[in-house]
Amino acid sequence: MRALPRASSTIGAPGRHTARQGLAITPYLFIAPAFIVYALFMLYPLARAVHLSLYDWDGLSLATFVGTGNYTDILADTRLRAAFGHAGAFIFFYAVLPCGIGLVLAAVLTRAKVRGLALFRTLVFLPQVIAMVVVSVAFKQIYAPDGLLNSVLRSIGLDGLTRAWLGDYVFSLPAVGLIGSWVSTGLVTVLLLAGMARIPAELFEAARLDGAGAVREFLYIIVPSVRAELTVALTLTIVASLKTFDLIYMTTSGGPGSSTTVPSYEVYRRAFETGQVGSAAAIGVTLTVIIFLVTLAVNRVSERGA
Amino acid sequence: MSPRGKTRTLALAATAALALLLSACAPGSEAPAPSAPQSGATIETDVAKMGEQTLTVWDQEVRGGQNEQMTKLNDAFEAKYPNITIKRNSQSFEDLGKTLRLALSGTDAPDVVQANNARNTMGAFVKAGQLLPLDDWAKAYGWSERYPASVLKYSQYSTDGTTFGSGSTYGLPQVGEVVGVFYSKKKLESLGLEVPADWAAFETAIATAKDKGETPLLLGNIEKWPAGHVFGPIQGAKVPAEQIEKLGFGNAGASWTTPENQAAAQTLADWSAKGYFNKGVNGTDYDAAWQKLTKGEGVFLMGGSWMAADLADAMGDDVGFFAPPATAGEGAHTTGGTGLPFTVTAKTKNADLAAAYIDFITNEDAMKVLADTGNLPVLDTAAHAPASGVLKDVYTAFESVTTDGVLLPYLDYATPTMGETLGDSLQGLLDGRIDAKAFTEAMEADYAGFTQGK
Repeated sequence: MRALPRASSTIGAPGRHTARQGLAITPYLFIAPAFIVYALFMLYPLARAVHLSLYDWDGLSLATFVGTGNYTDILADTRLRAAFGHAGAFIFFYAVLPCGIGLVLAAVLTRAKVRGLALFRTLVFLPQVIAMVVVSVAFKQIYAPDGLLNSVLRSIGLDGLTRAWLGDYVFSLPAVGLIGSWVSTGLVTVLLLAGMARIPAELFEAARLDGAGAVREFLYIIVPSVRAELTVALTLTIVASLKTFDLIYMTTSGGPGSSTTVPSYEVYRRAFETGQVGSAAAIGVTLTVIIFLVTLAVNRVSERGA
Repeated sequence: MSPRGKTRTLALAATAALALLLSACAPGSEAPAPSAPQSGATIETDVAKMGEQTLTVWDQEVRGGQNEQMTKLNDAFEAKYPNITIKRNSQSFEDLGKTLRLALSGTDAPDVVQANNARNTMGAFVKAGQLLPLDDWAKAYGWSERYPASVLKYSQYSTDGTTFGSGSTYGLPQVGEVVGVFYSKKKLESLGLEVPADWAAFETAIATAKDKGETPLLLGNIEKWPAGHVFGPIQGAKVPAEQIEKLGFGNAGASWTTPENQAAAQTLADWSAKGYFNKGVNGTDYDAAWQKLTKGEGVFLMGGSWMAADLADAMGDDVGFFAPPATAGEGAHTTGGTGLPFTVTAKTKNADLAAAYIDFITNEDAMKVLADTGNLPVLDTAAHAPASGVLKDVYTAFESVTTDGVLLPYLDYATPTMGETLGDSLQGLLDGRIDAKAFTEAMEADYAGFTQGK
């Protein structure tokens, strides 16, 4: 991450040189093809969504302009506020927890010099490869009242803990969240493994000679060295957590009640089922802004700390 | 940020603003104004005289027997009228629901579409003037004699879309649906119980089954809507039918917060509290629940007639079906309805042909084709019933409900958001999170908000 601005400034220097000599328009011609595609498929839809979010529209008949009404509704609607709250909780399950597990797992795999590292790497990464829909269906079975999880609990005498995990008002959110953790951990671990592979062995040797143990090695060598990778991992997983849709759609439909609903699911429901297109657009725009701000914050914090 | 960067940001902002300006007409302004009913126009019913034509039909008849009947009927139509070519586009129920909105507002709309009766689909299309009222054709073809009023009203809206269940006819359904109770004959026999003849006997049978250590009722409600098919029949037995119709069609003049509705909700809450259902209903799959019945893990399963085929495949003669009436011997008041009606779009180039097609796929011969392919024909159901098996029970129950009893609308038809309100509230009621009073209040808030707001 730190390398990027420097790289772009060196590329920028000859560009400025050419611009002064030749036509000022030349650089823009070069970026035009990419920009046009980006504008058509990213900027225009985004602008259109912002536009739609200012109307009360059922998707069929003439819309009425309501200004920021749809946005103030988001704040007023307890269900929508809860949806954004759930997305916040998912940041913990999708991003924070996997990064914690991933750091330890990757450190162990790197330092323990295990045989067949490639195999472990593949295994850990596997959840990322499987389609989310498949993952959801599998976990739905595991969490079912007579599913695997309850069978295991019963077989070790913990009958009191068995429940319909996805139908429970208290436990459904963590249950769904942990599916996310399971999926994210692989990605995070593989990213961190790549980062740790670059740490020179002499550092560890020196630390050992100075009398550092495994914990100090982890805290003072490994963690600081993979800061860049950690930032990438956090950005990717936080974005994924805030965008969660398929998991909720396939498992709980936001239930029981509205205890696991998330903004993306509300966008889908409002746009396609209940005919509240304007409100759906407003939620989508709000979500986009939140994702943008959160990722910006993550990157700023990591740059400042560097 | 460098000065260059600033210029670029400005350019970006300008482009975005330009895009906004270009599109700055209100969404939906391209939509047509609601078309006035074409009364007085001459109706052509002879398809052979219409010349070479192509008819585009969008349906959702994708499953085995559904697809079979549609193919057969389309082939028969083309064979009878060689001048007509049918262009069929078949999508699943969910997909059709999503694409129809866009298709109808586009310029190249299909002629005939299958639209869900509910207010958020058919009601919204009627309101936007995208479907054609078919009253003139109904008169020409005699549809009101063909269909009982209790069935036809499911495809009727006032032309402004505010009243549901009366007004102009916008389409015709092919098949019927009825929600009742499936049961295992062996289980019932081993418990020493008869098939309940009325609602009180049904409630007693449930209690007896529980006392003898069985799971009386099976339900998988993780999808939220299945519990509506348990609550519907309970409400039908305890609340006057005309009230439920107003509540279900989302027409003004009724209330959810009545003692009767509260009693119905209380019944469901009690059933759940007494452990009549399988454990963890809110976390159980809909499909897992009916599969439990086939495995002998329960006695009764309340649900729609559409499950009959799957249950018969798995259980053979062991499965039966009934709809308990409030008083023995009368027809039951229970939730049900019709398959998705076939409607004519306002943008069709040949409304006469579209209407003739709809007439053809719902006539007497078509009903026979429907029955032969394992569907539940909406008309003359009992006459087409097979000799035995659960399908015979279903056909008989549907006929009895539509002729002697009352077919009550699905409660989520009422308002665009009612599906969610009902689903969320029923999950809460089953879980014990909310009580019967809070349940009816939540339903009333949605219903009253809609009926008073329009």
